Amino acid sequence: MPERPDADALFKALADPSRRKLLDLLHAHDGRTLNDLCEHLDMTRQGVTQHLDLLEAANLVTTQRRGREKLHFLNPVPLQEIYERWIAKFEKPRLKALADLKRKLEQDHG
Amino acid sequence: MAKSTFVYVTYIRTTPEKLWSALTDAEFMKQYWFGNHCESEWTVGSSWKNVYPDGRVTDAGEIVEADPPRRLVIRWQHQDKPELKAEGASLCTMELEPTGSAVKLSVTHTIECEPSKFIAAVSGGWPKVLSNLKSLLESGTIALQDPYPAAAAR
Repeated sequence: MPERPDADALFKALADPSRRKLLDLLHAHDGRTLNDLCEHLDMTRQGVTQHLDLLEAANLVTTQRRGREKLHFLNPVPLQEIYERWIAKFEKPRLKALADLKRKLEQDHG
Repeated sequence: MAKSTFVYVTYIRTTPEKLWSALTDAEFMKQYWFGNHCESEWTVGSSWKNVYPDGRVTDAGEIVEADPPRRLVIRWQHQDKPELKAEGASLCTMELEPTGSAVKLSVTHTIECEPSKFIAAVSGGWPKVLSNLKSLLESGTIALQDPYPAAAAR
């Protein structure tokens, strides 16, 4: 699978504990307002806004307007792409090895 | 009443017309939806169903809005598992917006129920389906052959 053109923005967005905490907060409860998210972070409102902007630029967070409120949603699609690009290909040989081992052991005891 | 919602977004280097066709063509769908496909006339009021590879109907409903190649809204009720069916109909909105050389595809799925087992179930599936769709349209191949590779190896 080729590298995503925007992979740098994605990994940069993940390389910060406050931004990962924001993703965890949205995972626990999706569709939160800025005020709601600020309550959980020891940071200025402006700081949280900047982190959210970066997450949105990396497509890890999407927003929707509902009346006067702007709601933030976790978008896991880029994470799935990281999984497929960086993890699944390493996992496959190991899963095959385990499956082969199981088959061998079961044959021996069969 | 409380709602459960998720919003998934992916940017695909294609045209809105090709993406619309990918979202509504049963044979093409099978390639990125792990063998599943949807059957519908894709016009407002027509029935819609999502069918497993073995022919069982997993979800059924109707087309609420169809504005090709921009917006598709499906009333979507799970059929297979009783506890998911009991939560009633959800609304799935697909929006296609051209942005430069790509199309932004947003999938919003909402149900009038909080917490929702249905939303929890489909929210795990959509990223895989969307990621496969992106790979298929951009490179002609899919990334994941099997939705649950760990289970297949057992």
